[in-house]
Amino acid sequence: MTEVVIAGIGMTPVGEHWDLSLRTLAARAILSAEKDAGGLKPQALYIGNFLGSMVSHQANLGALITDNSGLGGIESFTIEAAEASGAAALHMAYLAVSSGFVDTAMALGVEKVTDMTDGVEKILATGLDFDYEGFEGVTPAAQAALLMQRYIYQYGVGHAAFNWLPLLAHTNAVHNPNAMYRKALKPEVLQSAPPVVDPLTLYDIAPYADGAAAVILTRSGLLPKKPAQKPVRLLGSSVITDALALYDRPDPLRFDAARHSVEQACRQAGILPGDVDLYEVDDFTSIYAVLALEAAGFALPGEGTQLSERGHVPLLTMGGSKARGCPVGASGLYQVCEAVTQLRGQAGALQVPGARLAMTQSLGGPASTAVTHILKV
Amino acid sequence: MEIPRHWRLKKQRYALVGEICPHCEAKIFPPRDVCPHCSGEAKTPYQFSGQGEVYSYTVMNDAPAGFEENVPYTVAVVKLAEGPMVTAQLTDLGEEPVKIGMPVEMVTRRIRSDGNDRGMIVYGYKFRPLGLGPH
Repeated sequence: MTEVVIAGIGMTPVGEHWDLSLRTLAARAILSAEKDAGGLKPQALYIGNFLGSMVSHQANLGALITDNSGLGGIESFTIEAAEASGAAALHMAYLAVSSGFVDTAMALGVEKVTDMTDGVEKILATGLDFDYEGFEGVTPAAQAALLMQRYIYQYGVGHAAFNWLPLLAHTNAVHNPNAMYRKALKPEVLQSAPPVVDPLTLYDIAPYADGAAAVILTRSGLLPKKPAQKPVRLLGSSVITDALALYDRPDPLRFDAARHSVEQACRQAGILPGDVDLYEVDDFTSIYAVLALEAAGFALPGEGTQLSERGHVPLLTMGGSKARGCPVGASGLYQVCEAVTQLRGQAGALQVPGARLAMTQSLGGPASTAVTHILKV
Repeated sequence: MEIPRHWRLKKQRYALVGEICPHCEAKIFPPRDVCPHCSGEAKTPYQFSGQGEVYSYTVMNDAPAGFEENVPYTVAVVKLAEGPMVTAQLTDLGEEPVKIGMPVEMVTRRIRSDGNDRGMIVYGYKFRPLGLGPH
């Protein structure tokens, strides 16, 4: 099969960008990725975005963003898979480039959350089954709370068993220039934090924020003899779905789509999950990270929280969604850009020594959609 | 105002009517005309008893738009006696703390108002602790 490579990446800092619109965030990430790739421009742009049509009252982003980013006239449209939209857009770009239909494609994740000062939670709940979950007053955080409550009951662990994940995220984000929170947390702060959505505390939930991240894909044979950056190969790309509603799953604590997506991506790459040097796991909430780690086979069901004591593959190496900030539908492409930074050896103080193989996984809802990518230098 | 979408779902919302699969006997809620177990066509209505137990729960202190008047409210995933699970608010809790495994029964309650003061009042199922007497 033709080798698909990542030729360039671009990210804006994650944060509350009151002064930047959806189109400007997108343009900054796009120009940054083109520059990183030595001026390479895409013939197609696939945009991962969840909230634009509701929060910014803006649809048809393909036409808007290409025109505002110096890419007017090319193929472009939006891919939506709730919080996994950006990762799904990368899958689309992968299909386009690996099929030979497009020589150079860009995947962009962009999200503008702060255009509304209230009401965003209701809009985020459109990623749930509206008729039977959203209608009952359930939100994405409530879904995670329902799972964490059950997990604590079923496996007899305390809430404190989850605290290592936000601690790790915040420790790493200190050195990530694009992170929203560049401050380490003290363990005692987590221990005394009151529940926000019982049993989730403020520190279990990634903060929603604005951001855009872009990745340029091409085939290895099309790269210049001296590429601007060390090319990173995209060896696996898998999108798997599960029942949208939590109640529709035989065992809600089992993230089946996450597991199948890891299996499929690893099979494509010819590796096992245990081979990877780092794993950018989805930490939209700490319970999701634990369930995703179990789904990928890093721990048995009910033992995911024990990984902190047992030792684990490097996770959330740039701060994850918890501390880098969670630009919703763009978060999956931040994960990929961060993994590429590691594989190129450009992660500075956060560098995972000798990192050659990375896995990223982005979840839409509680793994209703799971998107996994395998990258290698 | 979203009258058609609420009207369309009145049987399941007011009476917990689901479906039973004619091929594999699976009881299905919410109804969807396609069996989630065997993928066969399943359009036979089935009346659920409304009895079940709490699979998990949480308390919402910060409500999404439209639910502010209910705060704080308890949301649960309820495992129905017939097998399927359903997401719903718990009600009539009094002083009793919610526990996983707690037996509950379905009641019809006001869920929220659709729109402004003149909007329709939307009713639907909630669940309450079993044994509280008449609805």
